[in-house]
Amino acid sequence: MAEARRAVERPLSPHLQVYSFLINMVMSIMHRATGAALYFGTLLLAAWLVSAAMGQKQYELVSELFAHPLGKVVLFGYSWALIHHMLGGIRHFIWDTGRGFQIWQVNLLSWLTILGSVTLTIVLWAAALGIRGGF
Amino acid sequence: MSQQMSQRTPLAKVRGLGSAKEGTEHFWKQRLTGVSNLILVCFAIWLVVKLAGADYATVKRTLAKPQNAIPLLLLVISGVIHMRLGMQTIIEDYVQSEGRKVTALMLNSFFTMLVGLTCAFAVLKLSFGA
Repeated sequence: MAEARRAVERPLSPHLQVYSFLINMVMSIMHRATGAALYFGTLLLAAWLVSAAMGQKQYELVSELFAHPLGKVVLFGYSWALIHHMLGGIRHFIWDTGRGFQIWQVNLLSWLTILGSVTLTIVLWAAALGIRGGF
Repeated sequence: MSQQMSQRTPLAKVRGLGSAKEGTEHFWKQRLTGVSNLILVCFAIWLVVKLAGADYATVKRTLAKPQNAIPLLLLVISGVIHMRLGMQTIIEDYVQSEGRKVTALMLNSFFTMLVGLTCAFAVLKLSFGA
């Protein structure tokens, strides 16, 4: 019986390593990765809201953690992931309408997603730090 | 009773539903919450930037205002539905064993419900609480 089971050797489909990296493929992976990161990153939003609801001490503690250089790096990454996933979502909305499937359009949309997300994140942080004079 | 009256064949009833018996429900909800998230996240980013570095009294007063609390509550609801659907897809893609898959899907539901309700409770407490 065990031999009969072992005899089933199904062919494996080619996996990631056989493909050359193309920009739309990288953006597809990054869309999923940023989505998964944001899933857990929501805990940052929860920490912010819960601490504000708990009281001044708790809020100031969380604010200090966010203001710490390491906290800022995490928040920067979170904001980039959020913006990247948002732009990726817009790309998917365009594709949902059946448009943008020419190869050059797919490549253009993919490049716009990454360039847009990096640019917007930097602009956002520059604006935020500019308003507060570094927080 | 209506089933007896119906002239529809069993095939017509299930057509388009697919093997999960939910049809395009998952896809549609993901798109629907995607659109609402787009608007609500932009609002939340604006709110967070505005409140960055502000003192506690200002933060509390601002978050308690209905025009801020209601969009935040909408974002929490829309956000966790989107999160749950997205993570469900990831789990179904990568977790092969049935037992682990069901466990992961349950944890996914628990986590998103917990985060969602915790955030919502915090916003409501800021609005109504002491």
